[in-house]
Amino acid sequence: MWRDAALVAGKDLRIELRSRVVLHQVIPFGVLVLLLFALALGPDRRPMVQAAPGLFWVAVLFATVLAVQRSVAVESGDGVRDGLRVSGLDPAGVFLGKAAAIGAQLLALEVLLTGGVLVLYGAQVRSYGALLTSAVFATAGLAAAGTIYGTLSAGMRVRETLLPFLLLPVTAPVLLAGTRAWQVALGAGGSAGDPWVRLLVVFAAVYLALGVAMAGALQEAA
Amino acid sequence: MTGVPGVDAPVVPGVDAPVVHDVDAPMARGVDAPVAHDVAMPGAPRPWGPVATWTVRAMGVAAVVCTALTVWLGLWVTPPDAVQHDLVRLVYLHPPIAWVALYLAFGTAGLASVLWLWPRTRSALWDRLAAAAVEVGTVFTALTLVTGSIWGRPTWGVWWAWDARLTSTALLLVLQLGYLALRRVPGDPDTRARRCAVAALVTAADVPIVHFSVVWWRTLHQQATVLNANLSPTIHGSMAWTLLLGFVAVTLAFGWMLAVRYRIEALSAAAEEAELGAALAERRAEGLAVGSGAAPAGGPDTALLHGALATAGQPQATDAEALCPDAGHPVAVESDAGQPAAVRLGSAAAERAQ
Repeated sequence: MWRDAALVAGKDLRIELRSRVVLHQVIPFGVLVLLLFALALGPDRRPMVQAAPGLFWVAVLFATVLAVQRSVAVESGDGVRDGLRVSGLDPAGVFLGKAAAIGAQLLALEVLLTGGVLVLYGAQVRSYGALLTSAVFATAGLAAAGTIYGTLSAGMRVRETLLPFLLLPVTAPVLLAGTRAWQVALGAGGSAGDPWVRLLVVFAAVYLALGVAMAGALQEAA
Repeated sequence: MTGVPGVDAPVVPGVDAPVVHDVDAPMARGVDAPVAHDVAMPGAPRPWGPVATWTVRAMGVAAVVCTALTVWLGLWVTPPDAVQHDLVRLVYLHPPIAWVALYLAFGTAGLASVLWLWPRTRSALWDRLAAAAVEVGTVFTALTLVTGSIWGRPTWGVWWAWDARLTSTALLLVLQLGYLALRRVPGDPDTRARRCAVAALVTAADVPIVHFSVVWWRTLHQQATVLNANLSPTIHGSMAWTLLLGFVAVTLAFGWMLAVRYRIEALSAAAEEAELGAALAERRAEGLAVGSGAAPAGGPDTALLHGALATAGQPQATDAEALCPDAGHPVAVESDAGQPAAVRLGSAAAERAQ
């Protein structure tokens, strides 16, 4: 399973390295969302600093939808999904591989967006450790849930419109917990961030486990 | 076989006589004949028996009676509350609806999805039940939000508060709408069933997480009144009974709606199959007619039809429309005047051919 996961993740990341769709489209889109939020909240810095953690995670959620759609589109070509299915790769491995590739791309995006939040919104980091831990677990959860719903919607013609509608409400806990954890880490209010990090861990664990357990059913359902 | 050599007419169970070009065979049904529960369909699994029909009707009547009683008790018999006055009467409606929406409907849908995914219990029944439960449950979730909002305006002073239960119920509604959207995506029934069952389970796993995250996020909703820690009702006697009756009424209404929705689901699946069967039989008949030319088994009228079809080139599209009205009555081949459709078609096709 792990070897298959590494193979699939390597394949997806190699495709990304050669096509640069995430780099040239998804990441700039995330930055654009940050800019739009700044326009909506006005030139005053205070509300932006207050809202920075939440806006960051909303931007990440939107970008997750795009990254997942890209990850599915890579395999939407002639018989690629069937090829993957008959290749003998463990479905759980395929799931983990695709989730890992999405997660890696999201982490890169988050690094960039963090810079954006710090520069554009004037937020200041109080605890890098808390920032990093919560980001890693939130990303794992987003990548897992995104891969599940992406696989589910892979064979549909209405995938582009259906995926955000299915995925975004499910990831609401990540938005809540990520925002609260980042509020603490960025010093924008709130006290204990630990329960929120635990919630992120639970979300990631549940969706990774579901994805691995139901990988076969998911592949057949697409 | 309906008497035409070489055509195995009843292709699909549910279509008992797709007699397209056999004028001697009795036309089984008129245009109005419903493909319904009280019509015997040999060889087809009947989606609905008479006992079930009566049970569901009884349930519907019971739901209406209980609701009427609840309205009477709730509006006239029970006393107003000391604090909330007449507003408290919403308690006979809002919690029962919420109970149905959040537990009964969701539980039914989740259980049915698991039973579909489990290979030993896999049956189209569970898929339809899950679909019906989510659809009816969505209505009840929306009603929960509406009644809660109506209650919240005078007591809290706002239509909507970002309170834990409201927020998680709203998220639940969106999740249910997502499931319904997924169900509308076209696909063959088996794929759709699998897709929806998987989606239901994956989404159901999210519900407790959403619940806890939102509870931590914020809480100002009043605690449950009837089912508190030691299970002793803390409200007045007649009010408690009315509330109990409210629960029974809304649960019965849910059961009735669920059964009716299930039946619609089952019947539309049967109708789809029947249409497919009729279309297949028609194509085969055409192929046979064009292939063999004259001398079919059905007598002079059929000969006319076959000859016309052979000479007219491709009149299939219009003939198919005439033969197969899309309302799910694949055997409705009798014309208005009581004249066998094949004859009418034959002359129509002959006219076109000239």
